[in-house]
Amino acid sequence: MNKKKNAASGLRQLLIPLIALGILIVFNLIRDVSFFSVEMRVNNSGNVVLAGNLISIIDTASELAIIAMGMTLVTAACGGQDISVGAVGAISGAVLVKVLQAMGGITALSVVAAFAAATAVTILFKLFNGTLVAVFRIQPMIATLILFSCGRSIAYWINGSATPQLTSPIIDSIGKTIPGIPVPTPVFAVLLVALLLVLIFKFTSLRLYTQSVGINQGAARLNGVNPTVVKLISFVILGVCVSVAALIGVSRLGQLNHKTLLVDIEMDAILAVAIGGNSLAGGKFKLIGSVMGAYIIQMLTTTLYAMNVNPVNIKAYKAIVIIIIVVAGSPVIKNALTSLFKKRRPAKAQTEGVS
Amino acid sequence: MRKLFALLLAVVMVFALAACGGTNEEGSEPNGGGEALIKVGIINLDPSESGYREANVKNLNDTFTKENGYEATFVTAPTADKQLEAARGFITAGVKYILVSAAETTGWDEVLQEAKDAGIKVFLFDRMIECDKSLYTAAVVSDMRKEGETAVAWLESLNLDEYKILHIQGQLGSAAQIGRSDPLTEKCAADEKWTIVREGTGGDSWDPNEANKIAKAAIDAGEEFNIVYAENDGMAQGVVEALDAAGITHGVDGDVIIMGFDCNKWALEKLLAGEWNYDGQCSPFQAAEIDKMIKTLEAGKEIEGLNDKNQIISEEKGFDAKTITQTDIDTYGLG
Repeated sequence: MNKKKNAASGLRQLLIPLIALGILIVFNLIRDVSFFSVEMRVNNSGNVVLAGNLISIIDTASELAIIAMGMTLVTAACGGQDISVGAVGAISGAVLVKVLQAMGGITALSVVAAFAAATAVTILFKLFNGTLVAVFRIQPMIATLILFSCGRSIAYWINGSATPQLTSPIIDSIGKTIPGIPVPTPVFAVLLVALLLVLIFKFTSLRLYTQSVGINQGAARLNGVNPTVVKLISFVILGVCVSVAALIGVSRLGQLNHKTLLVDIEMDAILAVAIGGNSLAGGKFKLIGSVMGAYIIQMLTTTLYAMNVNPVNIKAYKAIVIIIIVVAGSPVIKNALTSLFKKRRPAKAQTEGVS
Repeated sequence: MRKLFALLLAVVMVFALAACGGTNEEGSEPNGGGEALIKVGIINLDPSESGYREANVKNLNDTFTKENGYEATFVTAPTADKQLEAARGFITAGVKYILVSAAETTGWDEVLQEAKDAGIKVFLFDRMIECDKSLYTAAVVSDMRKEGETAVAWLESLNLDEYKILHIQGQLGSAAQIGRSDPLTEKCAADEKWTIVREGTGGDSWDPNEANKIAKAAIDAGEEFNIVYAENDGMAQGVVEALDAAGITHGVDGDVIIMGFDCNKWALEKLLAGEWNYDGQCSPFQAAEIDKMIKTLEAGKEIEGLNDKNQIISEEKGFDAKTITQTDIDTYGLG
């Protein structure tokens, strides 16, 4: 297979998210150009921050984008989704806060230690999911349903029923902005996680292994790839993503609420993966698609906010738009479009059909 | 195979039941002095709801102990239906007293009547219930309406040119929400200088994230407000995050006035730091008062000091960022 063909099929996969993003941008341009205005302001802590809807979008979508990346890997390897990311995120946040409290003060060192502990615990919980999926071959959605329903109770048990407060400039730096840098810190966290994953894909064969396991497990095994290990690795990576997202979530408000930390994020994350043009049945994947999916979801939310839609009603409006996006990306519509395309340029379409 | 599985399940269930039974029996044994313990059932809201609730639950747990002569069963449930279910359970179990902090102010008449018929005495704490006063023995409550009035009076005393308010409500229908909302909405209806720019609720769990979303929505829509009236501290904090992210200043020297309720220690510290402007007190310590009344009844005497609604009202105040001191924080701060 030559590179050109791969690039073409990659672009095709990103067609739906690109179109969705384009429509949202054009819609907002027509509706109100000031939607895109960004300005510098000085906030209460005396920090210069960038403010505006665009900044609000990339900032607020950070947790979703990070989890969507991990979800993409799990989806690709296992052909199913982990629906316990929000609940395990609450556990991660609870461990984080518990360790911080146990260590006394909040210093850079204690935050790093607490984050390491929280990540370790999160990975353990994700390995539990991973074992059910990879070793016991339970359907991912059913396997992860266990922690989905009891995860927040475990978080409640860990943090001892409290809504603890974390007041510290370090926490503010993680959840809001670092003094002197006007861009919200969570945005950098997304870049960091993305960079890490790209490096992993560049220097290991994980991408290839994951895709081969997702496409045909038996064939992968015959070629010396251990599907169980590959699946478990995808859950470990998701665990790290969840832990980072939980750290951001806790730092944002400077408090932990086990009931509402990362609540409902699992569905948005799966949606982001789907909007990104990734097959929910596993196999080939594109991280960038899922990240775009996350920003599209948030842009939609912010657009609706800007149109004065009440946050309580927003899910209904979001659902309508999402139905359109998902149906537009469905095989039936895609095939219809492809055949339309074929009629116009028969020669090119035929070569693509082979790939 | 299936039969075996069913059998296994049945065995597990029997063991689970036996385990439950065990604790019950253990609980009903008289304590060392030979004096029977007083059976009480306590229905409260979820402690994770807020710092207020956490302090409240802890206060009750610490008071109604075996050492103090009680055999207390605690149920924390965030919704009315689960609370009513718990109350029925207590009536069946034959407790002597039921203590309730109700999720919603209405819908209790039937259960309270059942309790009364069964000879169970009911105490309300923290939140009032809309029912005939004969249905409960006494209520140790905060005057939520007065909390709201105090806050609105404080706001009025600032003499601003205009009052454009972002109003974050608590759990709709709860006494705390109604008491804190009504004085504000009435004032806004009466005075044209006062407008509510946007109104939203943190929901059943007084959720800071929801408050955060409401504030973000208002900011994204380009709405201008100069006052945040949040009906508890956590939700005020949620709004403040949105303001910080959008580079809108708040507090004593800022553009937006921040108001919260409950007087959590961390919130009062924000007042002292000048980041917030006002915090209304709501005392969570009702256990000692109820304990005293139960002991009075047990001694065969009459309870005294109730008002015409069978209430004992906790004394509460509001704090201004300009006048608050460290001593206030140490004395009144929760947590």
